[in-house]
Amino acid sequence: MHPTDFTIRGALEALGEGIVTSEALTAAHLEAIEALNPRLNAFVTVTAERAMEAARASDRRRANGVARPLDGVPLAIKDLFCTEGTRTTAASRILGDFVPPYESTVTANLLRDGAVFLGKANLDEFAMGSSNATSAFGEVENPWKRGNDDGTRLVPGGSSGGSAAAVAARLAMGATATDTGGSIRQPAAFCGIAGMKPTYGRCSRWGVVAFASSLDTPGPVARTVEDCAILLGSMAGHDPRDATSADRPVPDFAAACARGVRGLRIGVPREYRLEGMPDEIEALWQQGLAWLRAEGAEIVDISLPHTKYALPTYYIVAPAEASSNLARYDGVRFGRRVEGGDLKDLYERTRAAGFGAEVKRRIMIGTYVLSAGYYDAYYVRAQRVRALIKRDFDEAFRSVDAIVTPATPSAAFAAGEKQDDPVAMYLNDVFTVTANLAGIPGLAVPAGFDRQGLPLGLQVLGRDFDEETVFAVGTAIEHAAKLTAVPQVRAFA
Amino acid sequence: MSLDLKTVRRVASLARLHLEEGEDARLQAELNGILGWIEQLQAVDVSGVEPLAGAGGTAMPMRDDVVADGGRAEAVLANAPDRAGEFFSVPKVVE
Repeated sequence: MHPTDFTIRGALEALGEGIVTSEALTAAHLEAIEALNPRLNAFVTVTAERAMEAARASDRRRANGVARPLDGVPLAIKDLFCTEGTRTTAASRILGDFVPPYESTVTANLLRDGAVFLGKANLDEFAMGSSNATSAFGEVENPWKRGNDDGTRLVPGGSSGGSAAAVAARLAMGATATDTGGSIRQPAAFCGIAGMKPTYGRCSRWGVVAFASSLDTPGPVARTVEDCAILLGSMAGHDPRDATSADRPVPDFAAACARGVRGLRIGVPREYRLEGMPDEIEALWQQGLAWLRAEGAEIVDISLPHTKYALPTYYIVAPAEASSNLARYDGVRFGRRVEGGDLKDLYERTRAAGFGAEVKRRIMIGTYVLSAGYYDAYYVRAQRVRALIKRDFDEAFRSVDAIVTPATPSAAFAAGEKQDDPVAMYLNDVFTVTANLAGIPGLAVPAGFDRQGLPLGLQVLGRDFDEETVFAVGTAIEHAAKLTAVPQVRAFA
Repeated sequence: MSLDLKTVRRVASLARLHLEEGEDARLQAELNGILGWIEQLQAVDVSGVEPLAGAGGTAMPMRDDVVADGGRAEAVLANAPDRAGEFFSVPKVVE
């Protein structure tokens, strides 16, 4: 076994027993990054020296008997989280070589708990995308391959594609990610790992580059559900600097994983059964429900009638908020500047050169739906439909404790597919986007493989601030699935 | 609703995006594709439904009206593309 094969739980135990040092763990991950990142492109910045310094400091703390909850665990940080003194790009040209003079609350919480940061993970530009293809730093390769087809590059999903690929390929034990419409859960499912979007407000957004502020949710990805729970325990917590941060205690998420599902009522929403969905996805869904039934859960058919309106609602709300948030990139206070004839020309040329095509599309849509004459017809109507989507969940959770659905409508697709049609790309998030609109927690858990050997995931949705039940259901699925396959491209393979 | 070229250019100006030759026509096609798909929301009965702005649910918290940060001009200006003393600088705005 290589040091890169540890789960976070396993590594913390081995570190505690003195079987391994953080220095050795960190060095092994850096070696794996050096070997595989030129191919996978999962990291846009590697902070090797800082990581080794942090690892040695962690080993000293442990030797002195003052180890912290995550001490010595090497992580990747999605390059949307501001890291003090380390370039933060949001995978956009427009930020140039922006070096934040502050640390995001989530990453500060991880550092407080002793985590070691290996570097900054690639993503879709400003987290807008479902394939990592919109990154200004190039595409990320999914470490999984179709059957015997080594030649086809598959996408890792997005927007947290670098985070998910790095964790799947064992270049990091876990990673931070963010989820605005599915950006944690979809790449986790495509890369065969677990990813948790917690309840909106559970993790502070302070210091996370903003995309759509009422939807953006930081969360973890890792190779097991329990590892996600451990990471979330460190990332979460009230932050007075984010007015939407929830002032409530952080439960012991890791302990909740072992609760079991006996007596739980699991909802199955009929509207998530899509026409034309691959039969493998349907079969996996039924298998997951059978596993839960065998563990003592009761399976209940439910209805979420406004499900089909979630994606179009999202594609009004998210671009509207994005067009407002991204107004700050004007070439004046930070980032790249392109000179112009006058100030307006400077703004326009800076933004035209700095933003990629998908970001421009969304800024245009957002500006249009917020503009005079269209605000009520588009934006306010979308907010009303959003209220109905939330109401659907409120009513469902009166009779069930959690909801189980597929995580994605397909396995990972090939690079270059779906690039020409924005709407086809948006459909990737059909199962995940509802949780963002409602604010509820959602977990993607690996549950099986398609005929070509690619990972497929199930999604567990829960009540507001009831991540504990979600983790319990996810763990039950994970244990029943007993998956052992590993991606073809991985450290020390 | 479908966007004409004039509207595309007006929205780009509002969004402070310079459009290259031909980019307006390409954007027009893409935006109309997306807006056509979004149009299905018009079928939803939203009468009597209050708009939901955010998922947080809880009311905005109040905080003490005191200075909590500041006096860090160097940190604030550290990433500026251009500066003059303790100020960001831009091309002349008033003749």
